Amino acid sequence: MELEKFKYDNAIVKKFAYATIIWGITGMVVGLIVALQMSFPLFFNEYLGFKYISFGRLRPLHTNAVIFAFVGNGIFTGVHYSLQRLLKTRMWSDKLSNINFWGWQLIIVCAVATLPLGMTSGKEYAELEWWIDIMIAGIWVVFGWNMFATILARRVQHLYVAIWFFIATFVTVAMLHIFNSFELPISFMKSYSWYAGVQDALVQWWYGHNAVAFFLTTPYLGLMYYFVPKASGRPVYSYRLSIIHFWALIFLYIWAGPHHLLYTSLPDWAQSLGVAFSIMLLLPSWGGMLNGLLTLRGAWDRVRDDVTLKFMVVALTCYGMSTFEGPMLSLKFFNSITHFTDWVVAHVHVGGLGWNGMFTFGMLYYLFPVLFKTKLFSKKLANYHFWIATLGIMFYAIPMYWAGFVQGLMWQEFKPDGNLEYEFIDTVTQLRPMYILRSFGGFLFIIGAVIMSYNLFKTAKQGSFVADEDAEAAPLLKAPSKIKGEGWHKAMERKPIKMLVFSLIAVAIGGIIEIIPTAIVDSNIPTIEAVKPYTPLELEGRDIYVREGCYNCHSQMIRPLRFDTERYGEYSKAGEFVYDHPFQWGSKRTGPDLAREGGKKSNYWHFSHMIMPKETSPGSYMPAYGWLRDDKLDTDLTDNKIRAMQTLGVPYAVGYDAKALDDLHVQAKEIALDIYQSNPDNREFTDAEVVELSETELVALIAYLQRLGTDIKAE
Amino acid sequence: MGVIYLLIGVSVVIAIVFLSFFLWASKNGQFDDDYTPSVRILFDDEQLKDNQLKDNLNGTGKV
Repeated sequence: MELEKFKYDNAIVKKFAYATIIWGITGMVVGLIVALQMSFPLFFNEYLGFKYISFGRLRPLHTNAVIFAFVGNGIFTGVHYSLQRLLKTRMWSDKLSNINFWGWQLIIVCAVATLPLGMTSGKEYAELEWWIDIMIAGIWVVFGWNMFATILARRVQHLYVAIWFFIATFVTVAMLHIFNSFELPISFMKSYSWYAGVQDALVQWWYGHNAVAFFLTTPYLGLMYYFVPKASGRPVYSYRLSIIHFWALIFLYIWAGPHHLLYTSLPDWAQSLGVAFSIMLLLPSWGGMLNGLLTLRGAWDRVRDDVTLKFMVVALTCYGMSTFEGPMLSLKFFNSITHFTDWVVAHVHVGGLGWNGMFTFGMLYYLFPVLFKTKLFSKKLANYHFWIATLGIMFYAIPMYWAGFVQGLMWQEFKPDGNLEYEFIDTVTQLRPMYILRSFGGFLFIIGAVIMSYNLFKTAKQGSFVADEDAEAAPLLKAPSKIKGEGWHKAMERKPIKMLVFSLIAVAIGGIIEIIPTAIVDSNIPTIEAVKPYTPLELEGRDIYVREGCYNCHSQMIRPLRFDTERYGEYSKAGEFVYDHPFQWGSKRTGPDLAREGGKKSNYWHFSHMIMPKETSPGSYMPAYGWLRDDKLDTDLTDNKIRAMQTLGVPYAVGYDAKALDDLHVQAKEIALDIYQSNPDNREFTDAEVVELSETELVALIAYLQRLGTDIKAE
Repeated sequence: MGVIYLLIGVSVVIAIVFLSFFLWASKNGQFDDDYTPSVRILFDDEQLKDNQLKDNLNGTGKV
């Protein structure tokens, strides 16, 4: 049979590889800044109290940058390299590859531009606003289109296991992203989640957990099944195990989301379901890890010399550790200690730095010499990188485990008389040394990445890049999938299974879009009569709460655990959140829970606290929010927001949007007047001053904080 | 909680999609051979330069 000659597209791989390095370091530097903000809060408050870099706005930038920019580009790098070679064909369309590349970079630039401005949907790991969500969906489809077309044009009948992982990644991420991003746009800057409260939480963590599963895990497992054998020159330990690993993993992962909501207002049975699947996940996860590590059986000596393998062995080990920890954290007892603490931060960074980070580095060390037809510039530097990065992970993870355990136990500590042993603030100041060590760990990791960039840059310089690499392979023998002159549908009819799949997708999309508005809006009807919609001022205040990213440090979820209810009050009920678009339960308590904050402190206390937190709460890590006092509340969209809420099922009276602004001003003036009256300086004030204060964003935020949890407090 | 029906529905749909992929793959013989594919990927198909070919014929080159 005649061999066909063709060329692999290496140019696209190179582009994605460079983007991976650039965004990786960018995302890590943002991470270091937020870590330093927690280590040296006073310094940031005194000298760097700019609103655009406050913790609540930067932390989402960090998470989005490292997940979608660093790992995202890492996925595309590895997939575009391995897919062509596994299928012995060039990517189907260079144009689509390039749209994929530039579109993804544009999305990242949009994220960098919007998140510091406070344009956020307020849902963790899905903060980007509606129009960026649409761009993501579009570019993702381009990626999938190009991938499937390449698969159809393949010269190898068998689809290697890595490709199965890529397919699952594409299909599931598309679905998760679309369903979690149902939003009602109010303006270019703002949208409301279609779901509310418990519903929103459930969708969010169904998405959130599977973002970990299908964005950070399955594509990298696919890459692992390609690059570990390639780098070691050994076939994977057990190809059969890899097939079982794949199918078991994807079937189990999708159900595990509720383990992020243990002890919350989510119904118990849903929590238990999540726990059960999370525990089962240990099996395929460790199956995969062992399959990767055992690939090196009889070749462990190569790990000593081969840089790529070193990084990949640590990556697999970290994968094993975090997938062991995941099921453990899903156990309710363990979760009651660790949830809302830095333990979770340690857990994700063992996965993020260890698994994704180290694997990406290993892959880049493999790819650059191959792409540039040369040897790695310096093995020694790569070894330095390896040890610095490994130490960095340790310096990051160990203090954070320690911090999580310390804080979790301190929260639970009771005095013999039955009162709580520690004030919340004591449990925070206790952690400062750990936060400083963590920053050091992150700093080391970045230094390592910078050394790598230099090394790879020099490697590129000493080699010569081949954009189109010659290759040859025998054509695939099969019946023509399309007979000349025949339509695409006619061709598909001969393929019943494919037909079934496509019809299912079509049916699902159509059906679901019809079902959502009816099913979901109806079920947002309150089950607690005392719970009323927010007043217009509170609604505006809530939007500021979302904009400033308060949920990054404050939860709004009191669990039915004694140490929670003693500290914060009556535990949270599902019916209390029915008007919360989006929900703001949070996942971390760097600051105290706010679910019942309303009425606990005076308006004046909140006023002074927001302007300079350390004055009212010595030792506080909270950023100062001086700009809320200076900036006028934008009420142009208030009536629009009320109407949007009505569309989402919030029972404001018909025509209330016209009266909303009047109510807003009245309530704002009451609060402003109260602040002036309770000022201990007891100075004279004018009516104009009260009006001026009442028009600020701070008053709206205080109105919201004072409302929190008060609807059923009287019980 | 109404949304859980949606999520279960969507999850089941995705499970069915994966099941269909699995059935297709099985019927198509994708999993008949669970050893060769692991070895096959180790061989690169890049075209060899003439002198490399010569080396190979002489038994001195790397494959």
